[in-house]
Amino acid sequence: MLEIKDLHARCDATEILRGINLQVRAGEVHAIMGPNGSGKSTLAHVLAGREDYEVTQGEVLFNGTSLLDMEVEQRAAEGIFMAYQYPVEIPGVSNKYFLKAAMNSIRKHHKQPLIDTMDFLKVLKEKMQLLGMDKSMMERSVNEGFSGGEKKRNEILQMAMLQPKLAVLDETDSGLDIDALRIVADGVNTLRSPERAIIVVTHYQRLLDYIVPDYVHVLAEGRIVRSGDKTLALELEEKGYGFLEALSPSAAAAAV
Amino acid sequence: MIVTETNTYHDEHAKFCEGQSATAPIWLQELRERGLSQFHELGLPTTRDEEWRFTNIAPITTHPFAIADVGAFSESQIDQLVQQAELDEDFHQLVFVNGRFAKQWSRLHDLPANVIVESLAESIDHRPDTVEDRLLGNGDVELSAFVSLNTAFVDDGAYVSVPEGVSVDRPIHLIFLTVADTPSFCHPRNIVSLGKNSRATVIESYLGCEGARYFTNTVTKIEVGESAELSHHKLQHEQANALHVATTSVHQQTKSRFRSHYFSFGGDLTRNKLNCTLDGEGIECTLNGLYMPTGDQLMDCRTEIHHAKPNCNSFELYKGILDDRAKGVFNGKIHVYPDAQKTDAKQSNQTILLSDDAIIDTKPQLEIYADDVRCTHGATVGELDEQAIYYLRSRGIPADLARTMLIFAFANDVVQGVKLPAVRQHLESILLSERGLPNV
Ligand SMILES: Nc1ncnc2c1ncn2[C@@H]1O[C@H](COP(=O)(O)OP(=O)(O)OP(=O)(O)O)[C@@H](O)[C@H]1O
Ligand SMILES: [Mg+2]
Repeated sequence: MLEIKDLHARCDATEILRGINLQVRAGEVHAIMGPNGSGKSTLAHVLAGREDYEVTQGEVLFNGTSLLDMEVEQRAAEGIFMAYQYPVEIPGVSNKYFLKAAMNSIRKHHKQPLIDTMDFLKVLKEKMQLLGMDKSMMERSVNEGFSGGEKKRNEILQMAMLQPKLAVLDETDSGLDIDALRIVADGVNTLRSPERAIIVVTHYQRLLDYIVPDYVHVLAEGRIVRSGDKTLALELEEKGYGFLEALSPSAAAAAV
Repeated sequence: MIVTETNTYHDEHAKFCEGQSATAPIWLQELRERGLSQFHELGLPTTRDEEWRFTNIAPITTHPFAIADVGAFSESQIDQLVQQAELDEDFHQLVFVNGRFAKQWSRLHDLPANVIVESLAESIDHRPDTVEDRLLGNGDVELSAFVSLNTAFVDDGAYVSVPEGVSVDRPIHLIFLTVADTPSFCHPRNIVSLGKNSRATVIESYLGCEGARYFTNTVTKIEVGESAELSHHKLQHEQANALHVATTSVHQQTKSRFRSHYFSFGGDLTRNKLNCTLDGEGIECTLNGLYMPTGDQLMDCRTEIHHAKPNCNSFELYKGILDDRAKGVFNGKIHVYPDAQKTDAKQSNQTILLSDDAIIDTKPQLEIYADDVRCTHGATVGELDEQAIYYLRSRGIPADLARTMLIFAFANDVVQGVKLPAVRQHLESILLSERGLPNV
């Protein structure tokens, strides 16, 4: 489904991604871990199409077509969804209007009929209940004044409504209390299916207890320095990133 | 140039006096003469006048305008315009065509006893003494060339008078249409007077037929009596080539409440001056405004709040959305008099520039002569939030629609400040249709 080949990206003069290779097949769940500042969010944004980052090398294929040539909204319409580490507040735009506009924009893109308001509200109510969200959140402005945890739930709600093919969850667990973590993880798990793939960016094993990954990758200084199965996450939790030091690009370079 | 133009006004005035004015009562003829001579004394302002520094009125001074005449326009065209302006059939509605009351498009529902809603021309006939008093009103405002010019041509407009203790539940909608096929002007003059403990809602709408360039120079005088409450709306939808100058002066008495909602969409050059005097204690004054010039439009919004007495509150929020080569001017003066202690005045002007060529000149002007007061003001000028656009796009919303949504969101709190559903819906639909936002 997703093929990332030797991806390099920079912001202004700084190179942040320095040759990422990653393959994600439909049905899989991949976890990406790694120290602060290693480029995890950057990778997520590059996949989503943020224009602040310049791809200088490499390619990304999504179901066989080049992702990098597509506009941000086109990628979303084709089924890429990123749950933000820091969701954006949009004063004055109600959550409900926003969600419906998003769903209908995607439908329009696929030349499908627009969603019926009653159907929309019904699905919305269902998903919100699933995520333990209060109805009042719908009338409020997108993320405005939401607590950290509420923002994260709101991201997952959007994902649940838009039903993407590839979801990239960037530290969705941060800011969630213990109960919320389980609720949100359940929400994500209901989306797991053979047609979908999920990339979970996290610092903690705890989330991976609920959303069990097929693969775990460690990103350091803009490269994937180690990949393994779910036991890699446990190992990291126990030993920290220190034990990977020998494998990190700069350590390797220093050793030369 | 100014001399020649004031001369055309002079000639037009002479014609006007021969016609309408000949049969008018002496006091009115004198008032008009005084208006004209004051107009000549003051002269039309230029950009050398501090108050007009950013607003060049050359289109007004270089164009000879004549008293508006319906000309070749048909009734059905006027009919269409009225329909366009109409907000709710439950509202009282007075329609003025080229400044003159047009009975056939007006309607009054049952009014509470002793409430007067009629045309100024009728009032001049029916109750000359009160009208004379109210026309003379407070002197300060008269010191403007445009008000003087209006006085020189004073003839018709709306007259609304609500006696003590009476509440007029249905909003009173005043519709001013200009329909002319040669360059024309008109000078509507409105009087709104609320007695002690009374309540009313007034809406002024300004529209025009596509046709010749025209100049609307309107004056509205508002008196809000003790503990009275007036909610005032103005919807400025003039034609694209129109010049619109408006002066609204409000005099508020003890414990009264005045709310103004100003929406400016049309016109080529628009200058809206709103002048409030808080002349008693415990008064509330709220001024909300939204101006959205595009193309080469210029919109000048000027407000003055005079805190003359202690313990009054004023809140002001004006928002501008400027596109293309449009120009916006905001000047908000807050004047706190020496004994107006415990004044609480908040003012905010927020602007979004959608294009690199749009210009805003924003100037808060605080003159505070009392020491125990709370006055805050702030002006922000920005662009649409790129992060928010990206966020919306990353959910599949096309860039254009994302921008539109943010524009609507920015304008929305001013729109939501309008409590009348019919007016709010009207505004929403304008914002939605003009900006192409799907109604979901
Ligand atoms: N827009 C930007 N401008 C400048 N530097 C940036 C920008 N975005 C990212 N960076 C830099 O790139 C590096 C990688 O940032 P990124 O947010 O991708 O890290 P991360 O792995 O997600 O970290 P964390 O675990 O703290 O979320 C950091 O050093 C960051 O400061
Ligand atoms: Mg990050």
